[in-house]
Amino acid sequence: MVAAEIAPERRRRSPLSLPPGAWRLALPLVVLAILFGVLIAIHPRGLAVASMTPWANQAVTLAFVAVGQFFVVVTRGLDLSIGAVLALSNALASELVSGTPLEIAVGVVAVLAVGCLCGAINGVAVVFGRIQPIVATLATGAIYTGLALIVRPTPGGDVDEALSDLLTYETFGFFPTSLILLFAVVYLVWWPLSRTVLGRSLYAIGSNESAAFMSGLNPKRARLLAHVLAGFFAACGGLFLAFQTLSGDASVGFSYTLNSIAAVVIGGASLAGGVGTVIGVIAGAYLLRTISTIMIFTGLPPMAQPLFEGLVLLAAVSVGAIEMITSRNKLKVLR
Amino acid sequence: MAAVLRSPTTIVGLMIIAIIAVGASASPNFLSATYLLQQLQISSFLGVVALGALGVIVLGQIDLSIPWTMTSAAIAATSVVGVGAAAQDVWSTELAMPIGLAVGAFIGLVNGIGVALLRVPAMIWTLGINAVILGLCIFITGGFAPPGEASPLMRSLAVGRTLGLPNALYVWLGVSAVAAFLLTRTYIGRAIVAIGNGERAAYLSGIATQGVVILVFVFAGMCSALGGLLLAGYANQAYQTMGDPYLLPVIAAIVIGGTSIQGGSGSVTGMLLGVVFMTLLTSVLSVLQMPDPHRQIIYGAVILVTLLLYGRFNRPIT
Repeated sequence: MVAAEIAPERRRRSPLSLPPGAWRLALPLVVLAILFGVLIAIHPRGLAVASMTPWANQAVTLAFVAVGQFFVVVTRGLDLSIGAVLALSNALASELVSGTPLEIAVGVVAVLAVGCLCGAINGVAVVFGRIQPIVATLATGAIYTGLALIVRPTPGGDVDEALSDLLTYETFGFFPTSLILLFAVVYLVWWPLSRTVLGRSLYAIGSNESAAFMSGLNPKRARLLAHVLAGFFAACGGLFLAFQTLSGDASVGFSYTLNSIAAVVIGGASLAGGVGTVIGVIAGAYLLRTISTIMIFTGLPPMAQPLFEGLVLLAAVSVGAIEMITSRNKLKVLR
Repeated sequence: MAAVLRSPTTIVGLMIIAIIAVGASASPNFLSATYLLQQLQISSFLGVVALGALGVIVLGQIDLSIPWTMTSAAIAATSVVGVGAAAQDVWSTELAMPIGLAVGAFIGLVNGIGVALLRVPAMIWTLGINAVILGLCIFITGGFAPPGEASPLMRSLAVGRTLGLPNALYVWLGVSAVAAFLLTRTYIGRAIVAIGNGERAAYLSGIATQGVVILVFVFAGMCSALGGLLLAGYANQAYQTMGDPYLLPVIAAIVIGGTSIQGGSGSVTGMLLGVVFMTLLTSVLSVLQMPDPHRQIIYGAVILVTLLLYGRFNRPIT
């Protein structure tokens, strides 16, 4: 067994096979395309504006949160407070985002700033407090949930309807605006960053922190950035949720935390850090939500839906297990 | 001496005393034996669950299926009693606890297989299992609280008293003693710590790592189930959300007890104090009649400050 480890890999790749690691991006995209086809086939309205806009809208919030979670996961961390930040910004949005255009603009900026601040607090606790990310965000998550409940004890509030209509309907009469918004925000934030040393170092410290440190990167700054990004995208999610529901709800958080982790893993990122793409993670979020939609249209009894959602999640994350079971060298699968 | 002062156990001990002082100044009843014994009784439900979770965390894994393992074991046990009473079957009340524990063991087995054999990250696998059990319970019960009640044994263990002390406390200390012995004095305990430090190295030194991981998850499942059964005995029924408030306090109690969430080391004594700490904190906040949002904020802030103290005192040598 040890000899097999030392012997070099001699498997030849066929010209058609993907470069190593590409399946991590290809798999969620292909599965999403298949599920999308299934959805169109069984949807009473088929491929129409009336079916596509709700489909696009319902996953945008999760996609934002999952992208935020991804930046922490890629640095080998985990943000368990991300749902609470979403709830807090959602609650704040229902208080602040209404009135005159100026008030609305200030409100949006304030909500995003609070999200970044929450992320920065997480980052400081992790980087300078030297607390494990899981535990630190567990504690800060309780604080943010409490704050959200103070801002909005019961669901309700007021959100500007004109802006909501603008963001949740279609552009040019057919293309869901929410999709444009999602990709625009992610692209505007991540594309410039991914071209800087700081942005690159997110992947580097997740892959091998000491090697990254030796190469002159700054792990502290990168980790701080990852948490601020997580807070920012969670706030984007909270804002969009407010536009979608026209109200605020402080209790929405926890399921988003768990689903964001699921979306990140299904989207091809590794919880061990250093691996994954933003596009894959967005596909992961849409994949999860598309499955739920399909189940509504298949006429499955509502009581059976949570069971099937759980089974699908297990099946999705077990795909990687094929590699483990077929591997003849046990040392390769142990870390 | 300095090392003793800085150890998590000492810090938690001091914080427990501080909390009792705050509680006593707010309400004179706080220091009464009745009240403190009741706190220990409530602590034991959390404590039993935390024992199983401790093993999993020392392995370097995590079990997020705690809420619905507790709930499903309790639902199974109370349903057995309910069905038995309807059929006038005398054995059903005796079978309730074993069946509940078996449910927990089975869930633990599935968790262990996913983590050890399929190599899915525990964080995501146990999350999925939790969703599946939730789905199964809702599907079977139709979303309603199942008919039935706790068996006399469950009730006696949860609320009964022997020699003036709550039975639940005996159960907690008994399981703790077994867990502490297993973790510090036996082959399996050393294997768990070794795997937490590096599964590759443990495997190469001849430990059947996958078997150990599965075993630990089965133990954790049974501990969660026992916690659920005690809770059902306390409330004399099972209900859908009974396990939900336990997941985060369990992890917090373990970490406050000085166990690293990364695995590889763990302290049963520290965790016992951590569990008492979490229970007293909750209870002081309710004695002070703090509204729920403020309670959450203080809860989080106290955990954060405690962990910050650990980080200050235990500077890693790099």
